[in-house]
Amino acid sequence: MFQLDGKAALVTGASGGIGAAIARTLHGLGASVALSGTRREALETLAAELGSRAHVCPADLKDPAAPDALVAAAEAAAGPLHILVNNAGFTRDMLALRMKDEDWQAVLDVDLTAPFRLSRAALKGMLRRRAGRIIAIGSIVGATGNPGQANYAAAKAGLTGMTKALAQEVGSRGVTVNMVAPGFIETPMTDALSDAQKAKLSEAIPLGRMGKPEDVAAAVAYLASDEAGWVTGATLHVNGGMAML
Amino acid sequence: MSDIAERVKKIVVDHLGVEESKVTAEASFIDDLGADSLDTVELVMAFEEAFSVEIPEDAAEKISTVKDAIEYIEKQKAA
Ligand SMILES: NC(=O)c1ccc[n+]([C@@H]2O[C@H](COP(=O)([O-])OP(=O)(O)OC[C@H]3O[C@@H](n4cnc5c(N)ncnc54)[C@H](OP(=O)(O)O)[C@@H]3O)[C@@H](O)[C@H]2O)c1
Repeated sequence: MFQLDGKAALVTGASGGIGAAIARTLHGLGASVALSGTRREALETLAAELGSRAHVCPADLKDPAAPDALVAAAEAAAGPLHILVNNAGFTRDMLALRMKDEDWQAVLDVDLTAPFRLSRAALKGMLRRRAGRIIAIGSIVGATGNPGQANYAAAKAGLTGMTKALAQEVGSRGVTVNMVAPGFIETPMTDALSDAQKAKLSEAIPLGRMGKPEDVAAAVAYLASDEAGWVTGATLHVNGGMAML
Repeated sequence: MSDIAERVKKIVVDHLGVEESKVTAEASFIDDLGADSLDTVELVMAFEEAFSVEIPEDAAEKISTVKDAIEYIEKQKAA
């Protein structure tokens, strides 16, 4: 089950906690992976760890021209893309009253517009080949909202709508478009929380712990697999039961 | 038949997987050749690439037959 031998995947944000786990998991299932992010060194370290079938493709997704170039570079390095994982993302949290237009726009650009551009670029080949998997990494807050994250919540909710629209556009060509929406995942970002804060958070999670990057990666692997071929436009919530959506 | 017409027909045959004899000038992509809306977008993009022309969205919407495509591209190339 879930073998990805001979398939090429582009994972954005592979220099980050969740993206690296996704890349490791897809690679472990046999895929060739193109690893993207802005920090080349972190990508090279991961590529060295993975060995063969791993390719470093740095890109700054703030740049409007980067997505087209990244898809071209990934296909040149890893082969025709079967899987695109739109995982790169960042936050710039503050209450809306303090949020400047540029704080709003910067998050929308990278977290929503770049995934659209990457999907558009990757779809060209996928449609021609009549096969493909596009997977967006959303967030629980795209469904529930969160104070201080109007920009981020809007971007992640936007990805849900985009996923459903694209899924309808390309379904007839055997291309599926889905989302994985993580809850609280242990990453360098959440390491900053105190033990007391973490304990309190875990109380709100029926499964009693924070998630691991691997929990998210396993969901991505499923949606990337041939076995998930009849699932499209869906959001798979991976949040320990914190919000049952 | 012009070189452009030949090449347009070949692109249509390749993309839609239809028999060459069906690709007449009057043939409508959707009504006669079994294309869906995504096929028509992909065809326009294939024409753009093959002939190095840009076909704006409002012009693309008016290209519904083989002849429409040939005439549009011939006009662009003549300009
Ligand atoms: N951690 C959580 O609890 C959680 C919960 C829900 C959803 N998520 C989502 O999961 C995804 C991964 O998050 P994470 O926790 O792994 O965060 P992370 O460790 O901070 O990783 C973020 C990744 O995004 C990349 N990135 C950010 N801005 C970029 C830009 N302008 N151009 C290209 N790449 C850029 C980063 O690359 P560089 O570092 O190389 O710049 C990094 O690889 C994000 O979409 C996030 O919203 C996370």
